[in-house]
Amino acid sequence: MLRPILIAALLALAAPHLAHAQDAASPSDTPAASEEILDDAGPAQATAPAPAGPLQAILQAHKDKVAKASRRTVDEVITAVREAGLPQGLTFLERWGDRELWQREEDGLFFFTRKADGQNLTLIDIDTGEEVGTISKGEMNQLKPNSGVRTVIASSLVASQLEDADPARRRQALNALERNADESHLEPLRASIAKEDDPALKARKERLLRVITISFGQTTEDRVEAIRSFSQDLSIDARAALNPLVVTRIGYSEGNPEGVNVARLLTPGKTIAREDAYRLLVDDGKAVAARTRGERKAALEANIEDGTVGGVPVAELSSQEARDRAYSNLVADGKAPAFVTDETMDAELAKYTFYEAYADSNTDVTTAAAETLDSIDQYVGLNRFFSLVLDGISLASIYFLAAIGLAITFGVMGVINMAHGEFIMIGAYTGYVVQQIIPNYTVSIIVALPLAFIIAAAAGIALERLVIRHLASRPLETLLATFGVSIALQQIAKNVFGTQARPLTSPSWLDGAWVINDVVAVSYIRIAIFVLAILFFALLLFVLNRTRLGLEVRAVTQNPRMASSMGINPDRINMLTFALGSGIAGIAGVAIGLFAKVTSELGQAYIVQSFMTVVVGGVGNIWGTLAGATMIGFLQKVIEFFNPSNTLAAQTYMIIFIIIFIQFRPKGIIALKGRAAGD
Amino acid sequence: MKNTFLARQPSVIVFILVLAVITLLATVFSEAYGSGLLPTNYVKILGKTLCLCLIAIAMDLVWGYCGILSLGHFAFFGLGGYMIGMWLMYARTEDIVIASMSKAALPPTPGEVRDAIGTQIFGVVGGSDVPVIWSFAHSLPIQLALVVIVPGLLALVFGWLAFRSRVTGVYLSILTQAMTLALSLYLFQNDSGLRGNNGLSGLQNIPGLTDIPQSVISIWFMWGSALALGIGYVFAGWIVSGKFGNVVKAIRDDEARIRFLGYSVEAYKLFIFTITAVIAAIAGAIYYPQAGIVNPAEIAPIASIYLAVWVAIGGRGRLYGAVIGAALVSLLSSWFTGGQAPDLPLGFYTIKWVDWWQVLLGLSFVLVTLFAPRGIAGMFDRLVRKDAA
Amino acid sequence: MSALLEVLGVSVTFDGFRAINDLSFSIQPAELRAIIGPNGAGKTTFMDIVTGKTRPDSGRVQFGTPPVDLLRLRESDIAKIGIGRKFQRPTVFEAQTVFDNLSMALKNERSPFAALGYKADRRDIGRIEEIAAEIGLADHLRRLSGELSHGQKQWLEIGMLLAQDPQLLLVDEPAAGMTLGEREHTTDLLVRTAKTRAVIVVEHDMEFVRRLACPVTVLHEGSVLAEGSLSHVTANPDVIEVYLGR
Repeated sequence: MLRPILIAALLALAAPHLAHAQDAASPSDTPAASEEILDDAGPAQATAPAPAGPLQAILQAHKDKVAKASRRTVDEVITAVREAGLPQGLTFLERWGDRELWQREEDGLFFFTRKADGQNLTLIDIDTGEEVGTISKGEMNQLKPNSGVRTVIASSLVASQLEDADPARRRQALNALERNADESHLEPLRASIAKEDDPALKARKERLLRVITISFGQTTEDRVEAIRSFSQDLSIDARAALNPLVVTRIGYSEGNPEGVNVARLLTPGKTIAREDAYRLLVDDGKAVAARTRGERKAALEANIEDGTVGGVPVAELSSQEARDRAYSNLVADGKAPAFVTDETMDAELAKYTFYEAYADSNTDVTTAAAETLDSIDQYVGLNRFFSLVLDGISLASIYFLAAIGLAITFGVMGVINMAHGEFIMIGAYTGYVVQQIIPNYTVSIIVALPLAFIIAAAAGIALERLVIRHLASRPLETLLATFGVSIALQQIAKNVFGTQARPLTSPSWLDGAWVINDVVAVSYIRIAIFVLAILFFALLLFVLNRTRLGLEVRAVTQNPRMASSMGINPDRINMLTFALGSGIAGIAGVAIGLFAKVTSELGQAYIVQSFMTVVVGGVGNIWGTLAGATMIGFLQKVIEFFNPSNTLAAQTYMIIFIIIFIQFRPKGIIALKGRAAGD
Repeated sequence: MKNTFLARQPSVIVFILVLAVITLLATVFSEAYGSGLLPTNYVKILGKTLCLCLIAIAMDLVWGYCGILSLGHFAFFGLGGYMIGMWLMYARTEDIVIASMSKAALPPTPGEVRDAIGTQIFGVVGGSDVPVIWSFAHSLPIQLALVVIVPGLLALVFGWLAFRSRVTGVYLSILTQAMTLALSLYLFQNDSGLRGNNGLSGLQNIPGLTDIPQSVISIWFMWGSALALGIGYVFAGWIVSGKFGNVVKAIRDDEARIRFLGYSVEAYKLFIFTITAVIAAIAGAIYYPQAGIVNPAEIAPIASIYLAVWVAIGGRGRLYGAVIGAALVSLLSSWFTGGQAPDLPLGFYTIKWVDWWQVLLGLSFVLVTLFAPRGIAGMFDRLVRKDAA
Repeated sequence: MSALLEVLGVSVTFDGFRAINDLSFSIQPAELRAIIGPNGAGKTTFMDIVTGKTRPDSGRVQFGTPPVDLLRLRESDIAKIGIGRKFQRPTVFEAQTVFDNLSMALKNERSPFAALGYKADRRDIGRIEEIAAEIGLADHLRRLSGELSHGQKQWLEIGMLLAQDPQLLLVDEPAAGMTLGEREHTTDLLVRTAKTRAVIVVEHDMEFVRRLACPVTVLHEGSVLAEGSLSHVTANPDVIEVYLGR
């Protein structure tokens, strides 16, 4: 259990000479294997000269205490080694703890070894890590410190790593401890905190100390205190440390349960299935096994005699009552095992109290852990809600981008452009084509955004001039004609680009996510889309409220006849707004393409939501679209939150909600007032 | 004054005659009752097309006459199919299950039969219980009643909500589209109780009639479709020719004005919306046993839009226009997309109709809307006589 | 004698513009009244309020005995209890025949089921022919009303108003686009009708109003400026100010 941590720690500590050490004794060279061979002692083949490194000297000074280490004496050796401050000291301690230290019988010198040919071992100097000769196994003793000694060695190692002068090494030691810690690390960790001067590391150490205390704290008070300290903590390791404390098993007792830490009592038929409770009794031989309906049927089938079973004619056995009757007869004849009726089962169950008990018997600890986990769950819930809000904002941005063009054209011209979704698709394919030509993703996105605007706007102008203008004041015909355009465009895209999805790759700086904590994270693409949406919202707000074009657009929206009598050319305004609306759809296409698959049906997927956004938000006002997009985006996320497995149902409920919403606000959230709005 | 219904709808007699002749010819050339010149497959196509003509009439009533561009009538059509499909599937599965269980040692209990049916029908969506909504699936009369009741009720509730709040024009169209989308998404779920995207299948096998060959059954269904279409046409003709029809057309032309004459526009719209939903549902209930399968994709919003396309191309505001449009466009569609149409080589590029038919349809639809707003029937009218209904 | 229509302190605002400002007005069951006023005085909005097209922000509108609160009714119900309206721009159903237009206006049960089962009986046909004769369209019953001239459409709409058999007629600019002879005929018709029911005429043409020889209400900026005979109100300095002065 200690090995991985130690090796990891050593990697940090003793990087320069570790290479030798690893070469010299690979971890696979286990003590067990050596031990086996140890019994066959063979003649010495060569006698190595006595090395005299500084470490060897220290060890020789404590020769007996190394060879026959006990828990009481080992500290002295460790202190001596550590005080010497030798870099090889740590390697030595680690391998000693791993039973890789051997002593030569002849002179009592210590060596590491590696298996050589036959019964021989290659000797390795403990100071230099160099091979210093070969020897027969019979002339060597393997040192096997007991577990108490090994624990002391290990914690001393941890302590030294945690107090290393190099912060990077301390950090790595902490990393290793966070993955795997036990009781022995508690004290060294506590000791190292006082000496820690790096605030970040200090905080980590303190936190880790509390995590370890949860499981290994010496007193109940310590543990409970540590447990309670995590009530606002979202990270996985805290929950991982707490969860084992509240593991339960199901048990039962006659009368009140005693001697167990009961989590809650169970009622058969309510909090525990009757069959499951009964099975517990059957498994312990305290009740007769119930026969399932299928087993009883099999018994009936096995006992058909001359067209009757238990005296009941087979032809009559087409109801469960008749079958039960026949089976009872079989039981009475001793031809089938007893039939446990529901009543007998209930009677048996009533004799016992069923309960869930904690595996851990310390009531204070389990109570604290359960409460802390509840509190963490609440906190997680809070953060989930926050995350939901972020998701909602993100979805709302997408709907806003997809719908705003539609809303503008609908508001100004009173027509629904069914081909709007295909303008989104055109934008996405523009992005894809640009990426085929410009391989640099960043540059290609920068080129694609304006290009998508231009191409989609051009398509919009063409549609407006060729079709919509000729259907003035016939909104339903416009809807259908633009639908014709929509299916034609979709099929053309399918013919040109094929049916398979095309990738639109985002630049690498948009990969990844902004991680706020273990629950809340937002991908950079979503943030970028949010920024894009805000940008266009601000832009449109400016254009509509601060420019001549905006003034004319608003005039046409509110009263086209009056506007045209005041010298505004509605045809020009219609064309410009259509170009603007379609262009934004193109940009939305690029944005959507970054996270969704680019297919000919891309626009279709967003068109209904866009319509809903416009309808809910109200016509002729970008604030309305913003409100509509926000509402639809949040609504969808909230419904998905309550029913995460079923996004289809979420959409169904959302649409039903919208249909009902329209009842109360037929003109949308933000409606135009006045006579112009009425007709 | 000659103000009778046939005098005002002369097309009814012509239509019934043409329908009778087509039905008779199909029967005479069928495999079951005649020379066998017309393969069963084509009889089925004919039968299905007649059903599509019926729903087109419903669409024409609600859109062409009343001005409500409903993008939801195919939902009612599909629901009708689902309602009849539930009986077809349940009753047939019940027959099969009982047949296979009768070989077992013990006669099956009702519970066992129901469990087996449940597993058989819903195993594909990971279920084994028969959902509550299938409670009446064993009974043909009840399911037949549900063909009318369920879509009718849906139309009534939806229409009441929509018309009450004076949602009109494109708003209403979008709302009906949303309704269709919601329904199809709901049906796409596996736990909707209607087998998710698998839909109901094997509907061409009529329980109790499994010994009769499909060639014969298809003729019966074709007759049934023709009868339903004939009745539907006469009914629609009667509806639009009287004062009710006048009011409905007045609603289409000037909703506010007819309101000031004291007519409750909402009541009329609700009436026509619901009655056409029921007609659509009946058409669906006859269509899907011929098609053999009904699934949520059939209800997708696009189908209802195509319905509007048929009626627009045929010519709305004229019953025969709707019929012509539905028959022509649906038959052309299946011909072009079925791969039977010859490719068109242009030298530099070969137009494969499987790929380009949709484009042609979309564009022709734009052209019809732009240049022939009254559709084929409108052009026809201009040739035959000057004034129109 | 209680009033047939009673409008009390009604105000309505469109986007901050006060179209009707604390307007009060009443008319007896058999009375002819002309409403005049410059453009934007609120004449059409007044009619919209009475017929239920526009909901006022405040005030009361009552009709008939016992009084019915019109503000609670829908347009179609208001029409059903006996208020007929002729629009400024003639709006007839152009795709339908003159006969069908009149038949739809004829006072009958209005429900969809009644309409489905409706068959024009001799009495109804007689009534339609009678009205057609009155409005000079007896020879045009089978024609599509869209084919009629502008004046004929005006007449048809007046005919539809008569067919409704309302207790109160709201007539918006009946004389527009009519020949002199037709105007005289219209005046006669309105005066005759007002013997049995209430008629409110909105008109710009002073000559036409003079011929009606009835009390006049002058509206200005959404409220009543003056009321009385035409000679009386035209002598009112406020009225002169509004019409002539700037």
